[in-house]
Amino acid sequence: MAGTYHFDAADRHNAFITRVESAAFGDGRLAGIPVAVKDNISTRGMQTTCGSRILKGYIPPYDANVVELLREAGAVIVGKTNLDEFGMGTTTENSGFGPTTNPHDPARVPGGSSGGSAAAVAAGMVPMALGTDTGGSIRCPAAFCGIVGLKPTYGRVSRYGLIAYANSLEQIGPMGRSVADVATLMEVIGRYDARDSTSYDRPYTHALSGEIRGMTIGVPAEYFGEGVDPAVAECVRNAIATLEGAGAAVEECSIPSMEYALAAYYVTCTSEASSNLARFDGVRYGPGVGTKRSWHDEFQEFRSEHFGHEVQRRIMLGTFALSAGYYGKYYAKAQVAKENVRRDFLRVLKSVDVIAGPTMPTIAFRLGEKSDPLSMYLSDVLTVPANLAGVPAISVPCGRVQGMPVGLQIIGRHFADEVVVDVAFAFEQEGSACM
Amino acid sequence: MHVIIGLEIHCQLNTATKLFCGCSTDYRDDPPNTHVCPVCLALPGALPRVNKKAVEYALRVAKALNLEVAEECEFSRKNYFYPDLPKGYQITQYDRPLAERGVVEIEADDGTPKEVRITRIHMEEDPGRLVHKSGRDRAGYSLVDYNRSGIPLIEIVTEPDLRSPKEARRFLNKLRNTLEYLDVFDGEREGAIRVDANISLEGHNRVECKNISSYKGVEKALTFEITRQKNQIARGHDITRETRHFNEGRGITMSSRSKEEETDYRYFPEPDLRPLRVRDWLDDITLPELPDARKARFVAQYGISHNHARTLTGDMKLANFFEKVAGDDPVLAATWVADTLLGELNYRDMRIDRVPPAHFADLLVLLRADAITDRAGVDVLRVMLDEGAAGEEMELPSAVVDRLGLRKAAGDEFDEVAAQVVEAHPDAVADYQNGTGGALNFLVGQAMRKTRGRADARDLGRRIKELLENKEA
Repeated sequence: MAGTYHFDAADRHNAFITRVESAAFGDGRLAGIPVAVKDNISTRGMQTTCGSRILKGYIPPYDANVVELLREAGAVIVGKTNLDEFGMGTTTENSGFGPTTNPHDPARVPGGSSGGSAAAVAAGMVPMALGTDTGGSIRCPAAFCGIVGLKPTYGRVSRYGLIAYANSLEQIGPMGRSVADVATLMEVIGRYDARDSTSYDRPYTHALSGEIRGMTIGVPAEYFGEGVDPAVAECVRNAIATLEGAGAAVEECSIPSMEYALAAYYVTCTSEASSNLARFDGVRYGPGVGTKRSWHDEFQEFRSEHFGHEVQRRIMLGTFALSAGYYGKYYAKAQVAKENVRRDFLRVLKSVDVIAGPTMPTIAFRLGEKSDPLSMYLSDVLTVPANLAGVPAISVPCGRVQGMPVGLQIIGRHFADEVVVDVAFAFEQEGSACM
Repeated sequence: MHVIIGLEIHCQLNTATKLFCGCSTDYRDDPPNTHVCPVCLALPGALPRVNKKAVEYALRVAKALNLEVAEECEFSRKNYFYPDLPKGYQITQYDRPLAERGVVEIEADDGTPKEVRITRIHMEEDPGRLVHKSGRDRAGYSLVDYNRSGIPLIEIVTEPDLRSPKEARRFLNKLRNTLEYLDVFDGEREGAIRVDANISLEGHNRVECKNISSYKGVEKALTFEITRQKNQIARGHDITRETRHFNEGRGITMSSRSKEEETDYRYFPEPDLRPLRVRDWLDDITLPELPDARKARFVAQYGISHNHARTLTGDMKLANFFEKVAGDDPVLAATWVADTLLGELNYRDMRIDRVPPAHFADLLVLLRADAITDRAGVDVLRVMLDEGAAGEEMELPSAVVDRLGLRKAAGDEFDEVAAQVVEAHPDAVADYQNGTGGALNFLVGQAMRKTRGRADARDLGRRIKELLENKEA
């Protein structure tokens, strides 16, 4: 039933960049339910910054497709959540609007880049939120904050209105307190949209089922390799044992191409980003560019001043990877590696229904802990393969280590989003393994 | 020293909407930034979507120019910074274009047929347009108009097969004509065609001339470049391999010192669009009758000369006009359209669509019935066209003839005039009888003056001669 929602929850973790005090809502599936939207998704009439100073004050004149769908379903969009600038980060520390903190321990990061959405849900401010996932940006914060987050199959949710970081890898997805909330939100946003040429006409409709008897779960050795915290690995192994106890068969497997996944991922996403971010020139939106000197001088300075360091680093990396003489060495090779990862997943997913492993190799970092960009990039190793392969992947809380949440990641076949959600639901029903 | 020329031609396709969004392409008389949306303004998050019509139009061209259409083509991003390019990249095609390897037949300078190979055709979007405050007090800023942003273009690249500026011009005319026959292009729209020309003298470096935006400009720019390069070589200088810009106003090319040419465009496949399986579309692409076929048909069907057929079919609208007025005497019609009308139109800088075919047909009827002389016919045509040029309604030729009394002098009037002239010029009559050759012509001229061209000179000559012979006898 239509009405007005007053949003007065305190934001103790800097989860929001923009919030509304009250908003009218209509009828529908999500009538009156407050939903937070990551601030790289365009909202008509509501500031959309991508966590960047370069877009401060930008108010889109149009809604992203997913936002239209939310409004049609009666949801209340209560605000725009914090993120690593343009989605570039794993901690939500790289925001032009200050870091978001983890509701389970404010001295730790919430994960990223959809850290604001995860913290808003984990802190109980909203039951569900939209995130975006280019290399783990939904699943990582879901794992770190102890909530559920789904990266849908590439093409299942329209990207129209999503301010792209890496178009070929990125998907908008639902985040929520429970698997059921995530499934509900996915039913609302998982719709074909002709305005996104990479969108498929495979609408998500789903009756949740916790029945996993007869299913085979593949456990790749690479998901428990070097760099994975043994305590986290143990917690996740226990979770997989729980699924086995619920009737699934477990099979060891291997995804050898994962060795190249991180490199392929960082070359691809920085390349695309270097091009995507070219439009931020201070002419049409955001703070204005000066007009005193020549165009090239002014906008160069404008970009140096308004983009954060991590963004500038990735623009430079991507520009390099695409430049003449290096394209073949980097970008083209990354595409080959990406294709190999996809094939590996397709091969493994022929004999198993889903793949399971940890979402993140560790629990949430302390604020400032990952000061070296390379060690930060390495923490994405378990999430990026699903983006390269384009397959759906969900993170569901499966226990705690040192009091911090751990996420179980379940990866499925293309367009089998319903299956990964069911497996997550089955696990949720069975209860956490080592809580 | 052989001249070697290759062209890159950008043509705007005349689809109703832009290449990647639904904005109208009909922006030319409208205020700036009124044909725009999130997509062509490159607002964050907006995504391109391919206009199928534009792909169809491009395929028509590919088919007409005998290109091999790719099984699958792909869009790429061409990255560079310029304020008229709102995304910071242009969506174009790079290593997987729509079509490759075609051929167009033109006439070489010696009149023999010649094949010009087409390297490729690809699709791309037009950028916006910078508007500078003109005049003496130049503003210290530029304005950007995004109405043009996203207009569909095809780029047609030729092999270096052209050997003179005139050949280049003929190739362009043929191309433009073909595109108009295909109904994918409106050559009269301002900025509808833009040409980059590569030109070299055999054995020397190649120079690229950019920014040529008219048909005449291409010939001028090439002619200037050839002279410039020949002079350089004559002075013992090397030709610098460079990009030059054509200044249409001054008719010269100038070295562009901009950093643009060093730009590394960092092409990569456009991740927001899927590849297009264009070969599958080909079956649905049907071509209309093209200029060469129409020319052959004109000769066969109407019995007109090759020259006339070539002139008439060299402009689709002219050919359409001819077919409307051809009537019972297509040879007469062809002569009057191709020789007389075309000249009068060019003289007035008028377009063929300003001439109502019914009016012209009326003129042809008068001529065919021998009701007016050819000279009177030209006069009537001029009256009509002048009225049209002045924005007035054109009179029907028969009305002009009646109003000005141009109907051919005949019968009593004709005889009377002849008699009067003979009567009035006894000297000339005497000259004639003494065998002075010019005398008869003089008398005929006098008679023509009297009838103000309404009589046929040959008929008059015959009649006057009769009178003179009778007089003698």
